[in-house]
Amino acid sequence: MRWKETDYAGWGRVLRAHGQIARPEKLAALKAALAETPAPAIGNRRSYNDAPLNSGGRVIDMTRLDRILSFEPETGLLEAEAGIEIGEIARLFAPQGWLPTVMPGTGRATLGGCIAQDVHGKSHQQDGSFGQHVESVTLLQGERRVSASPTRNKALFRATMGGLGQTGVILSAKIRMTPCPGTMVRVTESRAENWDEFIALLDRSTAPYVVGWIDATARGAAMGRGILEEGELSATLEPWPKKARRVPLDAPSSALASPVVKLFNAAYYRRVPEEGRIRERPIADFFFPLDKIHDWNRLYGKRGFYQFQCVVPPGKVEALRAIMARIAESAMASPLAVLKRMGPGRAGMMSFPMGGYTLALDFPARKGVEALIRSLQQMVLEAGGRLYLAKDALAEGETIRAMYPEHGEWAAICDRADPARALETDLTRRLGLRSMT
Amino acid sequence: MSETWIILGATSSMARAFARLKAEQGARLLLAGRDMAELRRLAADMRLRGAEEAEALALEARNPATFAPVIERAEAAGGMISAAIFIGSMPEQAAIDADPSLIEGVVADSFTGPARFLQMLAPVMEARGGGTVVGVGSVAGDRGRLGNYVYGAAKAGFATYLSGLRNRLGREGVHVLTVKPGFVDTAMTWGLEGMFLVASPEAVAASIERAMAKRKNTLYTPFFWRWIMLIIRLIPEPLFKKLSI
Ligand SMILES: Cc1cc2nc3c(=O)[nH]c(=O)nc-3n(C[C@H](O)[C@H](O)[C@H](O)COP(=O)(O)OP(=O)(O)OC[C@H]3O[C@@H](n4cnc5c(N)ncnc54)[C@H](O)[C@@H]3O)c2cc1C
Ligand SMILES: NC(=O)c1ccc[n+]([C@@H]2O[C@H](COP(=O)([O-])OP(=O)(O)OC[C@H]3O[C@@H](n4cnc5c(N)ncnc54)[C@H](OP(=O)(O)O)[C@@H]3O)[C@@H](O)[C@H]2O)c1
Repeated sequence: MRWKETDYAGWGRVLRAHGQIARPEKLAALKAALAETPAPAIGNRRSYNDAPLNSGGRVIDMTRLDRILSFEPETGLLEAEAGIEIGEIARLFAPQGWLPTVMPGTGRATLGGCIAQDVHGKSHQQDGSFGQHVESVTLLQGERRVSASPTRNKALFRATMGGLGQTGVILSAKIRMTPCPGTMVRVTESRAENWDEFIALLDRSTAPYVVGWIDATARGAAMGRGILEEGELSATLEPWPKKARRVPLDAPSSALASPVVKLFNAAYYRRVPEEGRIRERPIADFFFPLDKIHDWNRLYGKRGFYQFQCVVPPGKVEALRAIMARIAESAMASPLAVLKRMGPGRAGMMSFPMGGYTLALDFPARKGVEALIRSLQQMVLEAGGRLYLAKDALAEGETIRAMYPEHGEWAAICDRADPARALETDLTRRLGLRSMT
Repeated sequence: MSETWIILGATSSMARAFARLKAEQGARLLLAGRDMAELRRLAADMRLRGAEEAEALALEARNPATFAPVIERAEAAGGMISAAIFIGSMPEQAAIDADPSLIEGVVADSFTGPARFLQMLAPVMEARGGGTVVGVGSVAGDRGRLGNYVYGAAKAGFATYLSGLRNRLGREGVHVLTVKPGFVDTAMTWGLEGMFLVASPEAVAASIERAMAKRKNTLYTPFFWRWIMLIIRLIPEPLFKKLSI
């Protein structure tokens, strides 16, 4: 197995690593790589932070292990290798009547990455997290092959969902998909004039897919204004949209006032008429709006950016309002924030979701941002909320461990699965996640 | 009736991308190579992506006795037969310098094995009066270079063979496409130094598809390699022999 020595980074590109990457094209090559060096697996590095990094060590890039292994057209049960992209599953199976039940905001996330972060989609209240639709998972622990499901090797299963790759390399998984009548989504967009109205709209919504786009620059009375998108799968069949355009080079840092907004102009507050509007959009456009531009993270320039995502319990809306207000006042965030409701659904011990509200937004890396994010983290902790391990690049281990009460149990299971701690990543080391206390 | 595609070297990622395009078009696929366990996984993948059928078949380029069963299997299927050859191997030149006996394997994988296979398949395709042969050569075959001249020589032999085969089969309605990729992001090049302008296997597969539709004879892919190689071929030998590009 040839290992490529290279610099690489997570999606936010603030945290970087230098190390060796193997990229097996087939199962035999994966086994050969693991026989040589047990190393953590990574997907498409759509985690913003150091979750898919191993500085000075080795990682195994799983993106080429993307075979579909089985599919039951009657039940929508799909088994595939972990490197397949969620958007690819959607492209192939939506026309046949099935869609992954949970899809993150990028179609480029791999099946393995969705499991290892137990990702959530726009239907979390209704459908729960990704791992709740995983029927079984096959792991390679060094040269040993183990499978786990909610009924077999239960504890290992719960440690693997949202388990950051620490229980072994996820080779393949079986997921239950959702019936999907066409390839389009009927999207209702409504304006919310301010924070209270936004929360009221979110609370009232009964649509299956709901996402809010907040104008993070609006202050004062307009603070928290934005657009609520409610989606429903439609029976219309249209050809799948073409592949993404590319960002060929890093943007100069002066060009990055609000690149994401420039791209995602559909979310511009004023684009949606006061009375709202209804239109049909392709599944890929609605679920993966930013994928239209390949490598859009390069628009933030070489220094990269942070993403902050937290969830707070339902009773803590006021705390979240204070967080949003602090962000708006700072004027440091990229102007687009995402606000969603969350249900209690979570599949693993280290899963992010909890019932409540989740807020996510980007901060271009520049002076003052780190301190701001740290203060926001403190506010989340005090609200009894949680930070997302697919995004966090700045937290202290103590904070994170306080937010994840099952952490100790999880770490113990990981140690049984990986006693040599060969699967540690920069993230688990930074936060001391593998230590049991 | 859907067409049958024989894919030699189906475990290459370039082949996988090409076979998937064919699968989505509903073709019948015969996936040939030497890693049977992998070929069976691939066959399942192809069926689930829309292939009417997909079958894993054993073929070892260095053992011509394995060729006939694949050809017979294709013959047994009705309709047009096409073949795409992705087999090739590129040991480091230094390894060949240390052990010259490696040359035979390189030549068998990239030239004589595929050529013998196509020579056996040609009459079948002629009898059917149609179909396409896609032969994957390499820009490395356009000029012998310090870094990989044994591999390059094998690819040059294969390109010349394909040109003759085109001359023969064109008369019977069979089209032969010679593909000369530049650098492609596959297992062969992963982690090698000096890679630039590396294309994805999917982009190469899509370009093969377009070239087939236009019935091109030779495809450089990505397209700019035609110009890069033109320049490299134009360098006078007295100068070229001093370069190490
Ligand atoms: C634009 C954008 C929008 C997003 N929207 C959402 C969203 O709405 N909801 C949400 O929950 N997340 C979202 N994310 C985050 C993203 O879904 C997760 O970070 C996801 O894990 C990325 O998958 P990946 O394949 O790139 O994995 P990586 O980022 O490469 O890896 C993530 C983790 O999974 C582990 N891992 C990956 N593959 C394997 C494997 N085969 N075996 C074992 N471990 C493995 C890695 O070790 C690492 O710890 C978004 C990200 C982006 C860039
Ligand atoms: N990558 C590039 O930059 C590049 C550039 C120009 C041309 N090419 C050519 O493109 C083709 C595909 O290569 P790739 O880049 O995808 O690399 P690859 O993964 O190494 O593909 C080579 C393929 O040939 C098969 N093979 C090798 N020796 C064989 C033998 N003796 N018998 C049967 N099968 C054999 C391999 O099977 P196993 O899986 O069993 O090993 C594999 O399927 C090759 O012809 C290569 O020369 C590649």
